[in-house]
Amino acid sequence: MIRFTKLARAASALTTPLAPEDFLSLFNPVFSSRQLRGVVTRVEHETADSATIYFRPGHGWHAHQAGQWARIGVELNGVRQWRSYSLSNAAGHDPAITVKDAGSVSHVLVRETKPGDVLFLAPPQGDFILPEHPRSLLMLTAGSGITPVMSMIRTLIPRRPDADVVLINSNSTPEKSLFREELDELADQFPNLTVRHWFTAARGRLEFTAKTIADLCPDWRGRAAYACGPEGFLNDAEDLWQREAALETARTVPDVGAGAGAQPAGAATLTIERFSTDLTAGAGHDGGLVTFEQSDREVQADGDTPLLDIGEDAGVLMPSGCRMGICHSCLIPLRAGQVRDLRTGELHNEPGQLIQTCVSAAAGPVNLDL
Amino acid sequence: MTTTLTRPGALAASGHPLVRPDAAKHLTDEQVEELGRELDAVRDGILAKRGSTDAAYIRRIIRIQRSLEFAGRGTLLFSKYKPAWFAGTAMLSLAKILENMEIGHNVLHGQWDWMRDPDIHSTTWEWDFVTPARSWQHTHNDLHHRWTNVIGKDRDIGYNLLRMDPDQPWRPFNLGNPLYNAILAPVFEWGIALYDLEIPEYKEGLKSKEAMNRDLKAVGVKVVKQFSKDYAATPAVAMLTGSGKQALYGTLAANAIRNFWAHAIIFCGHFPDGTDTFTEEEVDGETRGDWYVRQMIGSANISGSKFMHLMSGNLSHQIEHHCFPDLPSNRYAEVAVKVREICTRYKLPYTTGPLPKQVGSTWAKIFKLALPPRKARAATA
Repeated sequence: MIRFTKLARAASALTTPLAPEDFLSLFNPVFSSRQLRGVVTRVEHETADSATIYFRPGHGWHAHQAGQWARIGVELNGVRQWRSYSLSNAAGHDPAITVKDAGSVSHVLVRETKPGDVLFLAPPQGDFILPEHPRSLLMLTAGSGITPVMSMIRTLIPRRPDADVVLINSNSTPEKSLFREELDELADQFPNLTVRHWFTAARGRLEFTAKTIADLCPDWRGRAAYACGPEGFLNDAEDLWQREAALETARTVPDVGAGAGAQPAGAATLTIERFSTDLTAGAGHDGGLVTFEQSDREVQADGDTPLLDIGEDAGVLMPSGCRMGICHSCLIPLRAGQVRDLRTGELHNEPGQLIQTCVSAAAGPVNLDL
Repeated sequence: MTTTLTRPGALAASGHPLVRPDAAKHLTDEQVEELGRELDAVRDGILAKRGSTDAAYIRRIIRIQRSLEFAGRGTLLFSKYKPAWFAGTAMLSLAKILENMEIGHNVLHGQWDWMRDPDIHSTTWEWDFVTPARSWQHTHNDLHHRWTNVIGKDRDIGYNLLRMDPDQPWRPFNLGNPLYNAILAPVFEWGIALYDLEIPEYKEGLKSKEAMNRDLKAVGVKVVKQFSKDYAATPAVAMLTGSGKQALYGTLAANAIRNFWAHAIIFCGHFPDGTDTFTEEEVDGETRGDWYVRQMIGSANISGSKFMHLMSGNLSHQIEHHCFPDLPSNRYAEVAVKVREICTRYKLPYTTGPLPKQVGSTWAKIFKLALPPRKARAATA
């Protein structure tokens, strides 16, 4: 690798102002001096409206941990669009994403991607990952929320006989249930995995009450829980775990008074992976003139649209990541003016402050250092 | 609904400048306003169509350019064989012309920023031309395109070297006009690099010392890289086959050919007969419609084949480029049909002609303006 770098530096004397990679990309599209890319190697259709896309990433990618996600860029009518997708295959294997056709970008990925296509990439990230030390686990998933958990199960179950995983997987029907056959096979083959399917078309919405969960997994309180799915599903799960924690605290408070040897409250942990964020706090407010100082662009923006979208539409090269306010890839320093956090309604106006453009909108004139 | 504008600011939709240029004197404020709306509609029509075919176009041109550059430089490594010298020099010249004109100039205008591709973007692109991209963007995009042909504002009128307009005062130095231009043509890229340093502005105190130092450093780094690529690294590798000297002649020739061509095309943009220059009164209070008028009557097109348009970076559609500097260049041909029709309808001049005619007309002006005004008038009388 070091030799390659030295060779590349020597060769750049002949290619300046371009990089040697810019010429190598004539022969292999993965090469780029500026932009991590991957070539699609295989596309497998999972359900009627979903597909798994395997790709060979170029230089700069690093192996993913089970449960992590990556940003994937595709072109829609010539314009680069980025979304985040969970990597669904086991850690240590070639990367793959499983995508459900639910929007303009996922539609192109599911319906139009073929081997040989180029995907634009950012390396895997995210802290929705397996615990460091072996624990018994409860996985709660709904719809395409299964994808990061599938990577965890594929990583853990075949290799770790000491693992103990219960999966509660909610889908509308068996046909729409991603990875259903593979999960059932794994559960048959390995006693350390229990799969509980919940089909909402037949049984109604999965209620997050202590009783329902206990029916599906009697020892749920003793397990480290992971949840991934739509907003409502995650909020319900969070509420249940918070109620349990409150009860637990109430139960253990007298013990604290009893003196030494008291055990800390054993309330089980819940780790959550969100796919979307509620951005309604800015609704109805006025926007302002947004100035991208270095890019020399000015745009009149309303008070509801994230500055990330405003900049992208104006042709500014905006750094971006999860587009929901969690990954901090999109930070840009505020030079002057005021922005509103669309999740909370909070105003930020400190010059020099780093703004999360994906969840912030103009609240009056805004100057950004980009 | 959001609107985008490139600074400095939007111009008023209605009203009029202190003085309207002669060629547009016959138009009322309402007509100019309507003309502005019509041209805005032309732009919106292209924006609505712009998409994957345009993206495919620029990527294809970039692929062709890089292949030519790769093959040309590679062939020059064997240039002790005459056919290899001619083939290598030809391919490298073509590659350099494409890189500067259809790719570099247009990418640096932000014509492809809408793709959001960091590899093809006005803020990341650097070109095979001595002047650093950022310096050129300042003098060209910010100053020349904003103040097109306004005497005293747009220093592109003669580049501080040539007397290109009768309204520029004559000095004895101007007697050398044709000589300076003949010397400039083969070393055009160095002339532009010098021009982009804005030395007169620095001397007049309009440019800070920090800015000057920053620009000097940037151009110094670029000069070393550009010079060593063509005149050291390439001949050095070619020495392995005993072609060192010939390869050096090849890169020198390729750069000179590109310089001649770029110089010719660029001088045809605003200097041929029929193009107007403007006074500061004519831009004071200028509306959006008046701005369009100034771009149209201050620029000249070159007629010719598709290949000529490509090699000129579509600057052969200079009028359209000046009206819409950030529309993708592959769209100028279809825009030209509409712009020309609008000019005819509003009885505005639309200057165009084949390359030899436009080059000849530019040189004629250079000779004529070498002489002081009275003599120049006497000579043409």
